[in-house]
Amino acid sequence: MTGPSLGPRAPGALESIQSSARPRPRGGVGAGRIGSWIIFLVGVIYFFLPLVATLAFSLRLQPFGQAYRNVLNDDPAFASSLIYSLFIGIVTIVISTLLIVPTAYWVRLRLPRVRPYVEFVTLLPFVIPPVILVFALLRAYSGGPLPLTVTDQGLNVLVVAAYVILSFPYMYRAIDSGLRAIDIRTLTEAAQSMGAGWGRILWAVILPNVRVALISGAFLTLAIVIGEYTIASFLVRPAFGPYLSLLGHDRAFEPAAVSIISFGLTWLAMGIIALLGRSSRQSVQVAGAR
Amino acid sequence: MSYLELANVQKRFGETIAVESFNLAAEKGEFVSFLGPSGCGKTTTLRMIAGFEQPTMGTITINGEDVTYKAPNKRNVGMVFQSYALFPNMTVADNIGFGLKVRKRPKDQIRKRVAELLEIVNLPDKGSRYPYQLSGGQQQRVALARALAFEPQVLLLDEPLSALDAKIRVALRHEIRAIQRQLGITTVYVTHDQEEALSLSDRVVVMSEGRMEQVGTPFEIYNFPSTAFVASFVGTLNLLPGVVAEASTGGLTISGQQVRIARGFEGKAGGNVSVALRPEMVSLGPGPDGSNRLTGKVSDVSFLGSIVRIRVSLGESGPTVVLDEFNEPTLKLPQLGETVTVSFPQDGPLVLDAKAPVESVEELIAEA
Repeated sequence: MTGPSLGPRAPGALESIQSSARPRPRGGVGAGRIGSWIIFLVGVIYFFLPLVATLAFSLRLQPFGQAYRNVLNDDPAFASSLIYSLFIGIVTIVISTLLIVPTAYWVRLRLPRVRPYVEFVTLLPFVIPPVILVFALLRAYSGGPLPLTVTDQGLNVLVVAAYVILSFPYMYRAIDSGLRAIDIRTLTEAAQSMGAGWGRILWAVILPNVRVALISGAFLTLAIVIGEYTIASFLVRPAFGPYLSLLGHDRAFEPAAVSIISFGLTWLAMGIIALLGRSSRQSVQVAGAR
Repeated sequence: MSYLELANVQKRFGETIAVESFNLAAEKGEFVSFLGPSGCGKTTTLRMIAGFEQPTMGTITINGEDVTYKAPNKRNVGMVFQSYALFPNMTVADNIGFGLKVRKRPKDQIRKRVAELLEIVNLPDKGSRYPYQLSGGQQQRVALARALAFEPQVLLLDEPLSALDAKIRVALRHEIRAIQRQLGITTVYVTHDQEEALSLSDRVVVMSEGRMEQVGTPFEIYNFPSTAFVASFVGTLNLLPGVVAEASTGGLTISGQQVRIARGFEGKAGGNVSVALRPEMVSLGPGPDGSNRLTGKVSDVSFLGSIVRIRVSLGESGPTVVLDEFNEPTLKLPQLGETVTVSFPQDGPLVLDAKAPVESVEELIAEA
């Protein structure tokens, strides 16, 4: 690989560059390494200590592992709330994908000037707190032509709609960065020249090439939906977030056990992303000279 | 009626005219190149044929059918891109078979056609590879096979060799031409590389600033350029400022020295013209009787491998004549500053409109 051009050098510049490449004195290297290790250890402690403490606390209930047994075997609300949240999460991911992939693709392909506005809209969930969003939904859909709050199905629709909005920043950014990594214009034109219509281009060419980005966005969305409390609680949905909160009100060790289980599920999801990413061919060159 | 016709095609982007009054009639199986510097409108014209851009004016017909406003996926036109544009998620075989799959051809037929094309592009054992597992040259061959798989009416190539290194470029260039001849497909090739255009094409369209400067065979383009731009853009050229002495007898002066031009030209006595002269037309020495002779001082001698390029300045602030000599061991080279005579035949030069200033033409050469 060629290094950057240094341009005209002042006398002695070459020597100074060469001298900077010489090995430093041993003491300097040692001190630098120790500093790096200290920072790394502080980071590890900061992130893992609460986790270890939670784990230790969840295991205090005797006999050993009783808190986990209480949750997994004796509390049907755990499984039902988790399944509900997973189901809502999957529906959210499907709708977000259907909405955001074509939007991000079209904005990149044909409407690059609109991109800042679309980005602003997708960032709104960071600006508008969920409590405002859910109150707005309740006000808008409690009556009028679309009274969604009066039935369970209607509330499910509302909760999915709210989660789709919450997923915007994660899904849009993930998919947009995935699209940036490929030359969508040329790939689109290549597919068009071979007779493909928009549906086939999206399905057969664009989607497979943003697969990893889509999976990343999807798992982030899933993680948010599983842990979400405010919207699910105000819309009275039997979701995992409100269940966890309720559990914390009248039990001591079980909430810690549930936290560890949800950590485990999140890590499992991350592992799946890493595995899919490793087997993906997306990291390789997409177009251009080798 | 010709197979591919562009009639009075114009393309505007806002106030900018990218292509104007473009007229071309290509026969079936013809290989036409669009040659010109960056921004001359050659790729825009190609994209209009492909359907990726719509003309502001004019019509495009393929085999008698007006396709001017037809969607790109409804035209039967194959395209090869500079960046290959292979689908990274598909194998080589899937890439080649994509167009056939879109056309809902039976699987057996697709498999057979893919194998056939892999043979044609000399990659018979690479069908199961992914694009990233191939070299640049191999990727471009796959792109060519993919564009040919569904038997398009017209094949379009947009600077397909630009991203490749010199050796592969030359090899692939010959392969493209051989395949095109074998299949007899009407081909439009866009390039800024004159060598590519001249060596590949049946006809070359030289373009500049959205206009067609000249259409002709490579022989015509090189030997009989119709404008100063074509003369300067295609090949190396001496453009010498001349003053008309007597147009009827072809007499004029270059840097005060008399020359006679066999090809007729128009101009009033005392008027300014540009004399276009290829370096290979000029020889060191007085040459045979009847040759035009110019005297000047050697200002530079440079080795270019098989040839040696010598620059001779005609006077202190006069123009410079560039001439090429074959590089052979017995060649006697003049010394810098030595006064020499150079000669060229009377039918060698072309007299061009004096409006094209030498500086701007040199800029164009540098750009090219």
